[in-house]
Amino acid sequence: MIDISKREEHWRRTKGLMIVTLTIWFIFSFVVHWFAHGLNSVTFFGWPLGFYMAAQGSEIVFVLTLFWFVKAQDKIDRDCGLAEED
Amino acid sequence: MANNKSSAFIDNLPKIYGMYTGGFLVFVLLMAILEQMGVSADTIGILFVAFTIVIYAGIGWLSRTMAVDAYYVAGRQVPAVFNGMATAADWMSGASFVAMAGGIYFGGHGYLAFVVGWTGGYILVASLMAPYLRKFGCYTVPDFIGTRYGGNLPRFLGVIVLAVASFTYVTAQINATGTIAARALQIPFEVGVWFGLLGILLCSMLGGMRAVTWTQVAQYIVLIIAYLVPVFWMSNKQGFGLIPQFVYGDAVQRITELEAMWGLGTLPAVSGAAGGLSALSKPFAAASDSAMDSWKFVTLVACMMLGTASLPHILMRYFTTPSVRAARQSVAWSLMFIFLLYFTAPALATFTKLQILDPELATGIIGKSIADVQALEWIQKWHNVGFLQIIDANADGILQLNEFFMRGDIVVLATPEIAGLPYVISGLVAAGGMAAAMSTADGLLLAIANALSHDLYYKIIDPQAETKKRLLVARILLLAIGAAGAFVASLKLTSILGAVAWAFDFACSGLFFPIVLGIWWKRANRQGAIAGMVGGFVAGSLYLYWVAPAFLNNTPWLGIDHLRFGMIGMPVSLVLMVVVSLMTPEPDAETQAMVDEIRVPSGDTVLGSSH
Repeated sequence: MIDISKREEHWRRTKGLMIVTLTIWFIFSFVVHWFAHGLNSVTFFGWPLGFYMAAQGSEIVFVLTLFWFVKAQDKIDRDCGLAEED
Repeated sequence: MANNKSSAFIDNLPKIYGMYTGGFLVFVLLMAILEQMGVSADTIGILFVAFTIVIYAGIGWLSRTMAVDAYYVAGRQVPAVFNGMATAADWMSGASFVAMAGGIYFGGHGYLAFVVGWTGGYILVASLMAPYLRKFGCYTVPDFIGTRYGGNLPRFLGVIVLAVASFTYVTAQINATGTIAARALQIPFEVGVWFGLLGILLCSMLGGMRAVTWTQVAQYIVLIIAYLVPVFWMSNKQGFGLIPQFVYGDAVQRITELEAMWGLGTLPAVSGAAGGLSALSKPFAAASDSAMDSWKFVTLVACMMLGTASLPHILMRYFTTPSVRAARQSVAWSLMFIFLLYFTAPALATFTKLQILDPELATGIIGKSIADVQALEWIQKWHNVGFLQIIDANADGILQLNEFFMRGDIVVLATPEIAGLPYVISGLVAAGGMAAAMSTADGLLLAIANALSHDLYYKIIDPQAETKKRLLVARILLLAIGAAGAFVASLKLTSILGAVAWAFDFACSGLFFPIVLGIWWKRANRQGAIAGMVGGFVAGSLYLYWVAPAFLNNTPWLGIDHLRFGMIGMPVSLVLMVVVSLMTPEPDAETQAMVDEIRVPSGDTVLGSSH
C-alpha cells in the first residue's frame, strides 16, 4: 500500500511543476508576441527580435522547457517513491 | 513466444531504421546517377513516389496483427524516441510540409502564429494530458471520457467531436496525397485521390496502430530528409551559410530594405490573376503595433495550441509507450523532431524571398525585364501547371512586385529549381510531401475508425463481441471512412489550410476541457462533461457557420474569424462544465479514487491491458 502522505506530497509538487511549466509556456506563447512590434526595434544577431521570437526563439524555449519538465517530473516521482520500476 | 520475437524487434529498432535510412540515401544516390545517365525527370518522380509507397506498404504488411492491444495501442511497447518520430510524422501534415513555408513567404510575421501554435501545444500535452491518459490505459480518447464520466452518453459525444474534428482534417490530407500523386505519377487528380487512399490503407488495414507506428517512423525519416536536404544544399550553393537556420537574420533585414525599394504597400493591386495565386502585399518582418493585430496573433496561437492538446490522433500516440515516464519523454522527443522542420520553414521562406527579390543575386526576377524572366526554365514549368502568373499591368516590360503572382506551395516545391539544383531533389521533395500527407491521414483515419469500432460498436452496441469480430469491424470501418474521406476530398470543397485550422478549433471547443478537468479536477462530473462537450462544440460550430466566408460570411466579432472559432467554443465549454458540475452531485467515491490513481505513475493501468 502506498503511503498517503507521500501521495499528497507527490501531487502537491506535481501541481507546482505544472504551474511553473505553464507560466513559461504562457510567457513565450502570448506575452512575448503581444509586444512583437516593440521587440522588432531590437536587433538580435541580425534578426528583428519580435520576428525572431516567433520564427525560432519561442520554439527553442518550448523544446528546452519540455526536456527540463521531463527530468523534473522524474525527480518528483522518484523522491516520493512513486516512480515506475524499470 | 510472440513476445520474445517482438522484443528482439524492439531491441533492434535503431539498427533496423539505421539500415532503412542508409537504404533510402542509397536510393536517392541511385536516382541521381540515373538522372546523369539521361533518365527523364518524370520517370524519376514516379520512381520516388512509387518506391517509398511500396516500402510503407511492406512495413504495414509485416506489422499485421490479430491481437486487440497490438491493433489499438501497438502492444504498448514503442520506445520514447521512436514514438516521438512517429508522432512528428503523424503531426506534420501535407500542409506543414508543402504550405507552411509558402504561408510565411506571403504572410510574414502574422503567419508565424501557426508555427508558434503548432509547437507550444506540446507543453500542454506533456504537462496536462499524456502521462495521465497513459496511466489510465485507454485505447481511445472517448474511452477515457466514457470511463471517467460514466455512461454511454459522454462516450458517444466524445466519439462525435472526435469524428468531426478528425474527418475535417483527413479530407485535407487525402486531398494532398491526391495532388502529389497526380503530379508525380501524371494521373488525373480524381484518380490520384483514390490512389493515395490505397497507399494509406495498405499501411493501416492489417496492423492497426502497430502498423501505423512503424510506417510513421519510416515516413518521418523520409520527410525530414526531403525537407532539410534541399534547404541546406540551396543555402550552401547560394552562399547563404553552412547552417541556414542560424544565419538568416541579415537576410530578413535585407528583405525589409528590398520591400521598401520595390515599393511594397504603395503599389496598386493588380487584378486578373487566377484563383489561388497571389502577389506579395504584406511586409515580411514588421509586426503591426495595433492591439487588434496582437490579439489576432495570440488568439490563433491559443486555438492551435489547445487544439493540439485535444486532437485524438496525437493523444493516442502516447497510449503506445511502455510506461508513463516514456510517454512524457516521448512528448519531448516529438516536439524536438517537429522543431527540426518548423524552425527550418521560416529560413526557407526567407531565402526564397531573397532569391526572388534581390537584384544583386543571379536568381532575382523583380525589376528584370519580363521577357528575360519568362525565358527562365522554372518560371515556364510552374506557369504551365498554373502555379504562377505574370501580368504586366503598367505595360513597361519590367516585372514589378505587384505583377508577379504565385501559389504559396511553390516555395517548397520549386526551391530546387529556383536555386538550380538537380531534378533528383525535386523527386525527393515529392516523396517527402507524400510521406507527410500519408502519415497524418493514417493517424487520423485510425483515430476515427478506432473510436467507432471500440467505443461505439464494442462498448455501446455489442459489448459481447469476440476479438475476431471486433477487429473485423474495426477494419471495415477504416475502409468505409477512408472511402468517405476520399470522396469528399475529390469534391475539393475547402482550401487545405482552412480545413486544417478548423480541425484544431473543433477539437479544442469540444474536448479540451472535458479531458483536462477529468484529470485535474475531481469534482468534474458526468453532467458537467456532457454540458461542456455539447455546449462548446455547438457554440463553436454555430459561430463558424455564422462567420465563415463559405457560409454566412458575417463580420467577425472582435476579430475572431473562421480560423479562430475555438475562441468562442472553449470559454462556453469551460463555463458550462464548471457551472453544471457544481450544480449537480459530485462523482461517486469510486470515480474519485480512479482519478487519484491516474495521478500516480507507478502501479497498474486503471483499465486492463485488454478491455
